[in-house]
Amino acid sequence: MLAMNFRGPRQIRLDRNKPEPEIKHPYDAIVRVTRSLICGSDLHLYHGRVPDTRVGMTFGHEFTGVVEAVGSGVQKLKVGDHVLVPFNVACGTCPHCKQELYGNCNESNPEATAVGGFFGYAHTGGGYDGGQAEYVRVPYADVSPTKIPEGMDLENAVLLTDVVPTGYQAAEQGGIQKGDTVVVFGAGPVGLMAARFAWFFGATRVIVIDHVDYRLEFARKFAFAEAYNFREMKDPVVFLKKATDYFGADVCIDAVGCDGTGNALQSITGKGLLLQAGDATALHWAINSVKKGGIVSIIGVYGPPWNLAPIGSLMNKGITVRANQASVKRLLPKLIDHIMSGRINPKEIITHRLPLEEVPDAYRMFSSKLDHIVKPLLIPPRAHAA
Amino acid sequence: MQTVLEDRIGEFQDRKIANRNQRNRTKDIPGWGMDADPENDPTYPMKHWNGADHERLSYEKAPQQPLDIEVLHSVERPGITRVFGTSSPPSGLSGAVRRYAYQFSEATATHWMTLILADRINAIEGKLSDLTHGILPNPWIERGWRAEWKYNRPAFIQKTATTALLITAGFMLLNRKNKRT
Repeated sequence: MLAMNFRGPRQIRLDRNKPEPEIKHPYDAIVRVTRSLICGSDLHLYHGRVPDTRVGMTFGHEFTGVVEAVGSGVQKLKVGDHVLVPFNVACGTCPHCKQELYGNCNESNPEATAVGGFFGYAHTGGGYDGGQAEYVRVPYADVSPTKIPEGMDLENAVLLTDVVPTGYQAAEQGGIQKGDTVVVFGAGPVGLMAARFAWFFGATRVIVIDHVDYRLEFARKFAFAEAYNFREMKDPVVFLKKATDYFGADVCIDAVGCDGTGNALQSITGKGLLLQAGDATALHWAINSVKKGGIVSIIGVYGPPWNLAPIGSLMNKGITVRANQASVKRLLPKLIDHIMSGRINPKEIITHRLPLEEVPDAYRMFSSKLDHIVKPLLIPPRAHAA
Repeated sequence: MQTVLEDRIGEFQDRKIANRNQRNRTKDIPGWGMDADPENDPTYPMKHWNGADHERLSYEKAPQQPLDIEVLHSVERPGITRVFGTSSPPSGLSGAVRRYAYQFSEATATHWMTLILADRINAIEGKLSDLTHGILPNPWIERGWRAEWKYNRPAFIQKTATTALLITAGFMLLNRKNKRT
């Protein structure tokens, strides 16, 4: 089958002869991919910043597909069902899953206890091949995969596998109250969703900070946010303090993670020397820009083992940090309703639709922010097969 | 070899100790539990607290996926999970380095930095494997240079020219040194 094949940092090959996946467990399903997205967090893998990313792996944790085969223990899904597959691999019965922390499953990732099981996200994420391929093995098929509601646009369905719930949870974690001012760092797909959903929780002012002008313009239109370029600021923290009556924002959301930029020390130690897990500039700014007693929501991905962050300010300002991988299954009913009711049309963020065969170009375009790209969608050749 | 505390500590004792304390000790601890408030969980509503955390040894588990490949597991867990990915089993020199890395916990830089080292070795192994199988890497496609040429041509030309210049200067410098010696 066709599949994306990782060959080392910044090198991707289209593998034309990857063996098709097989049922390995009674709870498995095999899914023929119909749509697949590249996530901003895939770029951390592409850049070689996530440990235990092995050559030959197929990335991709945002995909929809048609069930082609099921294991002997699968009861809810049947062959022919068209499903959206949340990026979390979750057993549904461990203590974390039973408390709806599906991003923290205890029975899906042998390689790391600090991370749940995710499709196509290195062996640090459990070693599962992902959805940037024609077929995928989907474990625990009765737990997370969800039949696409009738009438839902396929592009909205695939965005429900990660970016929509992740953006929603970023806002939810912020504990936003009516009247709050919310600052979102990062105008990538997740930041855009977080900014848009901040309004759903009652924010009355939403500010987006980034350094890419076309994305800031996108944030103004899609997320109804004030949007500012930090390259035009001497010190973004002072800017945000001034913008919030020298009080600080009620809630700051870090939607950047380890691929940040804007601080030489962070960039050199994080990206150049790998002395920390990437560049934590956004987190640094978030902690310093939030009000005393405020909340910092971290949804941007950071790798192990550590990052430079102002812990002293956290303590002295009485800040609450809330962070997690999105628990997609928990949020799906609410988000399906928001989409089907027309309150949000997430597919507006998809700017590029490419055949799977062009996956190396898609990664490079997304990584280098070429052609005003916001979110690339991949369509496998067998997406329309009977 | 000196024994360390983690070798002596009993496994799976936490709930036993907690339950024993609850039975025998808490009644003698003034004020125990009187301010407990499940709604004061800062993770709410991300976590729907139902006490399952305290059933950590007795939860329903899926059947074990047959172990037909080598799967490394964190030393912070007792074994592999009931289900696991089978993407790329450890192999070659990078595999040996990975096996070493997995002897250390996720709290150590040794674990993660050794894995990064293994990843870099693995990338070289991948290139050697390509060559032995007659596959020539195609950076124009695989590194996305085609996309750079299409959408970012001036910067791409500038970057390529600078890189070529630096490599040439490096070679000339090395040649000069070699001639002197």
